[in-house]
Amino acid sequence: MYIKQLSVFIENREGRLEEVLDVLKQSGVNIVSLSLADTSEYGLLRLLVNNPEAGKKALRENGFSAMLTDVLGVKLCHRVGYLQELLEVICKNGINIEYMYALSTGTDDASIVIKTSDLEKAAAILKETAVELVTQEEIA
Amino acid sequence: MIWSKEETMSRAEIEAIQLTRLKDTVKQVWDKVPAYRKKMEDAGVKPEDIQTLKDLAKMPFVTKQDLRDNYPFGLFAVDKEELVRIHASSGTTGKPTVVGYTKRDLEMWTECVSRIAAMGGATKKDVAQICFGYGMFTGALGLHFGLENIGATLVPSSTGNSEKQIMYMKDFGTTLLVATPSYALRLAEVALSMGIDPKKDLNVKIGLVGSELLTEAMREEMHKLWGDDMLVTSNYGMSELMGPGVSGECEHMCGMHINEDYFIPEIIDPKTGEVLPPGEKGELVVTCIYKEGLPLIRYRTKDVTRLIYEPCKCGRTTCRMENLDGRTDDMLKIRGVNVFPSQIEEVILSVDEIGPHYEIILTRKDHADRMEIRVELLKETDSYKELEEIEKKIKSKLRIVLGLDAKISLESPNTLQRFEGKAKRVKDLREGI
Repeated sequence: MYIKQLSVFIENREGRLEEVLDVLKQSGVNIVSLSLADTSEYGLLRLLVNNPEAGKKALRENGFSAMLTDVLGVKLCHRVGYLQELLEVICKNGINIEYMYALSTGTDDASIVIKTSDLEKAAAILKETAVELVTQEEIA
Repeated sequence: MIWSKEETMSRAEIEAIQLTRLKDTVKQVWDKVPAYRKKMEDAGVKPEDIQTLKDLAKMPFVTKQDLRDNYPFGLFAVDKEELVRIHASSGTTGKPTVVGYTKRDLEMWTECVSRIAAMGGATKKDVAQICFGYGMFTGALGLHFGLENIGATLVPSSTGNSEKQIMYMKDFGTTLLVATPSYALRLAEVALSMGIDPKKDLNVKIGLVGSELLTEAMREEMHKLWGDDMLVTSNYGMSELMGPGVSGECEHMCGMHINEDYFIPEIIDPKTGEVLPPGEKGELVVTCIYKEGLPLIRYRTKDVTRLIYEPCKCGRTTCRMENLDGRTDDMLKIRGVNVFPSQIEEVILSVDEIGPHYEIILTRKDHADRMEIRVELLKETDSYKELEEIEKKIKSKLRIVLGLDAKISLESPNTLQRFEGKAKRVKDLREGI
């Protein structure tokens, strides 16, 4: 139901992002999607990768602070207003969205990654709404 | 274990020894050290003016500057051929300070260190690994001969090559570690990275740490990494006086016992130079009363402490000096506020989400001092909110302790510099200071 996201703490310093990507490359971990905001001092690089455990291990060994977080991958219909309708359902149930970014799964449809306050409840609601969730296997 | 009977003498016995030795030392420097005689003449004191221990206050102070002015051997009280060893301080600011030992000086040194090592729990059964840098620095060889005299098995591994250090600890069954507190932390970190947990996989039960301040927070951090049952004691000394062995903590950890038959401690007001009554806090001044090579009288240590004369629970009757808050040399003046780096260290060690390593960077912009503290994030997180909260927590704790605001920079683990000797954690980039 959930997918494992790899979250890495990086200082906002020249070359740091490249170092993370290099570690992943060296350990043969493929990046499926990522998100990074333009904060001033430091940032959290959030990644969906084909092998999250291997990615975490490699990063930690190279001195990075890395962890795995459960997130939801939601498949969307490509039409105006669909995402809004989906979020309306979630928000009505008192669930807060912490962050969200786009996910490319290589199919025609779009997908998003979301992290919400009550992940279990959010997943249940989405299932009730007959929304299809992205599985770990699909991005592996 | 109490090593020598001199550690349990009555006050009267201690003072009788001190007076005899003080008189001898004053006469010795008057007769043999022209630079010293001149200092005494300038102060209007002659050897016969010293009749009681109180008369010590008539003698002029000696400072590091005197040692520099008389570089290298100008204050030595023996002919060069009587010297059997020379050590020198690092001399980061100018010429090093040079110290010399006669054969008897080395015997005294060994005796002093044997006492403080025994106070810290060392016995002949210990395997003692000395992770102080061997060389001109007095720390390593001082501890070396003291521990050897006790009968411990020495592993003189010096500093560096931390992985090999851990291998020795494991394979030789090291039970006693000599290091600076910051290098002891580093070694634990290296062990963990090798898959060795110092608490379970190593048998280090005694830590004799020195050459750097041991704050209570640092002692707690040592316990966290090396195990709660490790007896971590600090000891005190400086090359000008001899090296390590001037004083040390016993198992009760209530101040460091001074080897009073060899050193007379005084506390002075650093501004006026006046001697303060027992129990008051001020600058520690130490007189060597049994040394031949370099018998400094009233040496200003720049360390701030107070003296405790009540006998200790351990049975020793020697005067204790309270563990140090910091050296007057290390004190920073930030926006007019006096700050000891150790105060910042205590705050950093009290926050679980960050590691024990830190760097303080001081800059000045628009005539205002700015303090940045770089720390390593240990807590793994996926939340900006949590990162902000960690920053806020450190900031507010610092504000309570120092009354100052600082910029906190969170860094990835293992990015800050590690130290094998004395840690240099402050970068003062302010101009004109």
